[in-house]
Amino acid sequence: MSLPSEPVLAPAAEPAAADPARPAEGRGPWRTAWRRLRRNRSAMISLAVLLAVVALTLLAPAYAGWLGIDPFRSNLAGTWMIDGQSVPVMEPSTTGLGLGVTPIGPTWDLGGYFLGADNQGRDVAARLLYGGRNSLVIAGAATVLCLMLATLLGLVAGYMGGVVDMILSRILDVLWAFPVYLLAISLSIVLLTSAFTIGPVTITAGSLLLPIGIIGVIYVPYVARPIRAQVLTLRQSEFVLAAIGLGLPTGRILRKDVLPNLLPTLIVFVPILLALAITTESALSYLSIGVQPPDASWGTIIQDGQTLLYSRPWVALAPGLAIVVTVLALNVLGDAVRDALDARGHGR
Amino acid sequence: MTATPLIEARALTREFVLRRSWLPGSGQVLRAVDRVDLAVHKGETLGLVGESGSGKSTLGRCLTRLIETTDGSVVFDGQDVTRLRARGLRPFRRSVQMIFQDPSSSLNPRRRVGDILSEPLAVHGIRPAREVPGRLRELMDLVGLPAAALDRFPHEFSGGQRQRIGIARALAMEPRLIVADEPVSALDVSVQAQVVNLFADLRERLSLTYLFIAHDLGVVRQVSTRVAIMYLGSVMETGETDTVFDSPAHPYTEALLSAIPVPVADPAARRRRILLKGEIPNAANPPKGCKFVTRCPYAQDVCRAQRPELRPLTDGRLVACHFPRAALFASGAVLA
Repeated sequence: MSLPSEPVLAPAAEPAAADPARPAEGRGPWRTAWRRLRRNRSAMISLAVLLAVVALTLLAPAYAGWLGIDPFRSNLAGTWMIDGQSVPVMEPSTTGLGLGVTPIGPTWDLGGYFLGADNQGRDVAARLLYGGRNSLVIAGAATVLCLMLATLLGLVAGYMGGVVDMILSRILDVLWAFPVYLLAISLSIVLLTSAFTIGPVTITAGSLLLPIGIIGVIYVPYVARPIRAQVLTLRQSEFVLAAIGLGLPTGRILRKDVLPNLLPTLIVFVPILLALAITTESALSYLSIGVQPPDASWGTIIQDGQTLLYSRPWVALAPGLAIVVTVLALNVLGDAVRDALDARGHGR
Repeated sequence: MTATPLIEARALTREFVLRRSWLPGSGQVLRAVDRVDLAVHKGETLGLVGESGSGKSTLGRCLTRLIETTDGSVVFDGQDVTRLRARGLRPFRRSVQMIFQDPSSSLNPRRRVGDILSEPLAVHGIRPAREVPGRLRELMDLVGLPAAALDRFPHEFSGGQRQRIGIARALAMEPRLIVADEPVSALDVSVQAQVVNLFADLRERLSLTYLFIAHDLGVVRQVSTRVAIMYLGSVMETGETDTVFDSPAHPYTEALLSAIPVPVADPAARRRRILLKGEIPNAANPPKGCKFVTRCPYAQDVCRAQRPELRPLTDGRLVACHFPRAALFASGAVLA
């Protein structure tokens, strides 16, 4: 070895990005992202709105109990006290031929029929909360299912590559080729009419598991593709190569090196998928192929309100607004989460 | 030189498929490493030099078994490791470690330094669990970082410090051979010198063998005992560092060396600069005959027709050139 011809610099001359001697623990990329998200006001407002929606829907049974009504039973002959007067819940028509009935309108009194009644005489406000519960549960479960399936497929396809990748990618392509709603509608129509058994699970007709499964599956290609692409890049990244060079088992590399670096992508997908799932569920339920009566969801309530659109617009308007507010908040939050996770480790 | 090299590439070839085709023989293939024979002996530092695209990194990754080899073999310590998998490869993984060019991408940004370093210790059972913390501090000390760095994330360090972490990770395995792929070219010049010195220091203390891949000739001259010059996937010349640097035998080596900047204030050191014509040819479609023929100032008809093999010169080095002394004549050096 030839002697060093250049002057030897003292190691202390190296410029330090951070003083490693500082005793405090390092700040991870997660904490940095969370700090950035917290500074985003619209994101925090959206988060508050979403938490409020969740809290309200969780309170559905309490509200119904306090009212002392069953929002799932028709009340065609009942009466209700408004300003000391007893009013029939279903008012007979006084105009034209005098045929038919009009449900009670919004009382704007939380003590009952706040948003009026639907054409079964049921309290719309209470049903809205119960329906929101179903909508959110289906959206949440479908999102989790979709992310799990997509991550599994994306990981396997991206990391294994070759023939495995080709087969999985083609299957996803086939699924991708169908328009989302067409696929959802066809699957629902086929599966809804009869109970069936997958392994140990028996799914009865009208079970909530059906819309969950259908919505979870149809969005898989949209998530699995970007994940696969990212796994492909991560597979080539030097820290994964280094892990291979260290002789670490593949499972461990996937768990410790690949998956944690996919998490930002997965997290960004959560609000987007929730929003998509809520709208899809509403659409299916509106078409009577999602949540089955007497159960409610925001979609079924819109359908209930459709015939009352001219006389009692709030029946359809209220769940519509609930969907808009929730989806809007999810989208704003989703954008903010993406921004917060994007600038990897830089900035404050 | 010892009889058995520590690691050896035998007619090693690595191809990349550029365009796949269903018809046999009509796909396009890039031969990044073309039947390379190269040996690294115990205790030496072999500097592997070449332009970007010359296949030196690919060769390094084939030798460390990070990517598959298309043809030929990798022989480590007398054992053919080319086809070994998983469990059979483990002793090799322990003995051969790689250091990467960009320390910011070779460290997982979502893990603490301590986790990154302790993982190989745990998986390979190199140290019992209770000795791991002590060993981690030892490694930090070895690469000149404080033990407090173990609790931090890679992004909290400067480039030079990150590269030290990368070196510590390689050393955790107690390897015999370290393949360093452009380990200093992503660093500031002032930091480069320190990391290069760290490499030299570690070699003495841990009796390591290096394959040092670089395009910076100054760095290579400083760290290497022997050099190999690559061009378009083939080794053009190998020999003792001083011999090759003082009197290059291959026209490509000569041109490469003439590009090293020399202080103008020192007229004795001024050299004739050789400006090569044209670009490095497309590696997917290399010239017939000698790969350097399109840019060689001394090219003859035989160079266009026939590819020269690596042949020994009298001073012990190997040169792949039909007229290995042409460069010597031109530079006015005295023939051996």
